[in-house]
Amino acid sequence: MATITSVPARSATATRGRRPSGERTALLGWSAANLVIIGVSLVPLLWLVSLSFKTPASITDGSFIPKKWTLENYRGIFGESLFTRALLNSLGIALISTVLAVVLGSMAAYAIARLTFPGKGLLVGLALLIAMFPQISLVSPMFNLWRQIGIFDTWIGLIIPYLTFSLPLAIYTLSAFFREIPWDLEKAAQVDGATPLQAFLRVIAPLAAPGMVTTAILVFIFCWNDFLFAISLTSTERSRTVPAAIAFFTGASQFAQPIGSIAAAAVVITIPIIIFVLLFQRRIVAGLTSGAVKG
Amino acid sequence: MNASDATNGAGPLKRRRAPLSAGARAERRLGWALCAPAVVVILAVTGYPIGYAVYLSLRRYDLRFPNDSKFVGLANYATVLTSSLWWQALAVTLIITVISVAIQFVLGMALALVMHRALIGRGLVRTVILIPYGIVTVVAAFGWRYAWTPGTGYLSGMFGDATPLSSQVWGIAVIILAEVWKTTPFMALLLLAGLALVPEELLRAAKVDGATAWQRLTRVMLPLMKPAILVALLFRLLDAFRIFDSIYVLTGGSYDTRSVSILGYDNLFTALNLGVGSSLSVLIFLVVALIAFVFVKGFGTAAPGGEGRR
Repeated sequence: MATITSVPARSATATRGRRPSGERTALLGWSAANLVIIGVSLVPLLWLVSLSFKTPASITDGSFIPKKWTLENYRGIFGESLFTRALLNSLGIALISTVLAVVLGSMAAYAIARLTFPGKGLLVGLALLIAMFPQISLVSPMFNLWRQIGIFDTWIGLIIPYLTFSLPLAIYTLSAFFREIPWDLEKAAQVDGATPLQAFLRVIAPLAAPGMVTTAILVFIFCWNDFLFAISLTSTERSRTVPAAIAFFTGASQFAQPIGSIAAAAVVITIPIIIFVLLFQRRIVAGLTSGAVKG
Repeated sequence: MNASDATNGAGPLKRRRAPLSAGARAERRLGWALCAPAVVVILAVTGYPIGYAVYLSLRRYDLRFPNDSKFVGLANYATVLTSSLWWQALAVTLIITVISVAIQFVLGMALALVMHRALIGRGLVRTVILIPYGIVTVVAAFGWRYAWTPGTGYLSGMFGDATPLSSQVWGIAVIILAEVWKTTPFMALLLLAGLALVPEELLRAAKVDGATAWQRLTRVMLPLMKPAILVALLFRLLDAFRIFDSIYVLTGGSYDTRSVSILGYDNLFTALNLGVGSSLSVLIFLVVALIAFVFVKGFGTAAPGGEGRR
């Protein structure tokens, strides 16, 4: 990972030294491109923010910037158990799934990155297969099974598929991070008489923490984002997560579109993720691209 | 990275030749023990349901008449494969998948080059493009839906109160737009990582030899980036094929914009037909497996995260 980020940086300083006029035009061109990219990335988000602050009367005026600002939409959704309960469900389900995925994923990733044992290649192949598995293929059988064993519309009913689909992601990302750890330290610990397990817990785990945090963020985003399982395997407020709940919002009257409430709810569940992403930007980029360049 | 991998790999391999020492056996056991929980969860949660789906797909199973379930052989598959709904959904899904991934590749490549080359604001760009990645797909889709709602939306207003979401072609176009906006950054980051592997000297040498920028891109960069490109394309294609969230929110599958995932969902929760729904599940799984197989065998895409075997 270190090499990936440092290469462009080095070439950047190399070019900065000499800058003929041709390069200055190019520089302007690239910077203009940057501005376009930033604009395109931000506009759809700002549009939702704008909608969420509009008054019911002005929400259909089509203007990008609200003419009258109001907090009514936010007050509205936080006054409704449909949303607050869904927020709690989303947080709880995503956090539990993340913790489980990172713990189980770390164990497997450590074995993949460090240990020699038969069946390793098979495991990596299996993980790839699952990562690309069409989720809809599991929805029909799970819907029926979950009702039969009584976990339909429960937290555990969602945690199970989330854990399964995030484990491959966790295993990939973590094993890529684990390969970067200075393993001589582990050997040194083993020379000093530590068992492989002790070497894992006392020496490697602290070094692996940054990779684990990154993985946790990626897995959390995955669980937080899911919609298909959330609408298929839940039926009430008891376990419905926010993306599913938003789809069930209703307007003030039967015919009014709940645009303001949906926009406000959208902003509320987007902001924490954006903050996370911005804080851990460098790590997330490393985590997302881990493994991809190895091929 | 690769050099250290090679040395790391050589150590245990040599140890393997000798009769298993107590340490190697302990390592083996620990390896299995550490992987076991993840493997058990993955197999139990995917293996069993997919097997159950195959079983259900061979039975008549209507949720409205659960007691009237019986073995019907391949009748459900015949129902699906002779239905125009399936072929239309498959065609729509493939169109969305291919077009959106093609656009993502071109834009992603451009984006990666900008991030690779630009001196000013590179960090900012890299941060900002993570915003589409971080947004919940459903939320982004609502944003696009309201942007294209006549009267409400700024985009619709810009195009003379256009109503793209109530026609098949334009509905699909908006779905592709939403998909491209959301996942191009991911593609760009994968390509950027591949771009970092292209040696700067090679590009300079090509420039000295008189290669144009376009030639440098197509003759030097792209061939060198091929492994990274194939992995990125495979990931995106398989992911795009599963498209569900955006369509559900944008058009709800009306105006013949259903994807196979939407069709499967509708069949389960509107038609309540578990037998036909399960055969749909199995067919979708087979199509995905086919795409992956073609990529891995046909183009030699290496499994990412693997040991770097080709």
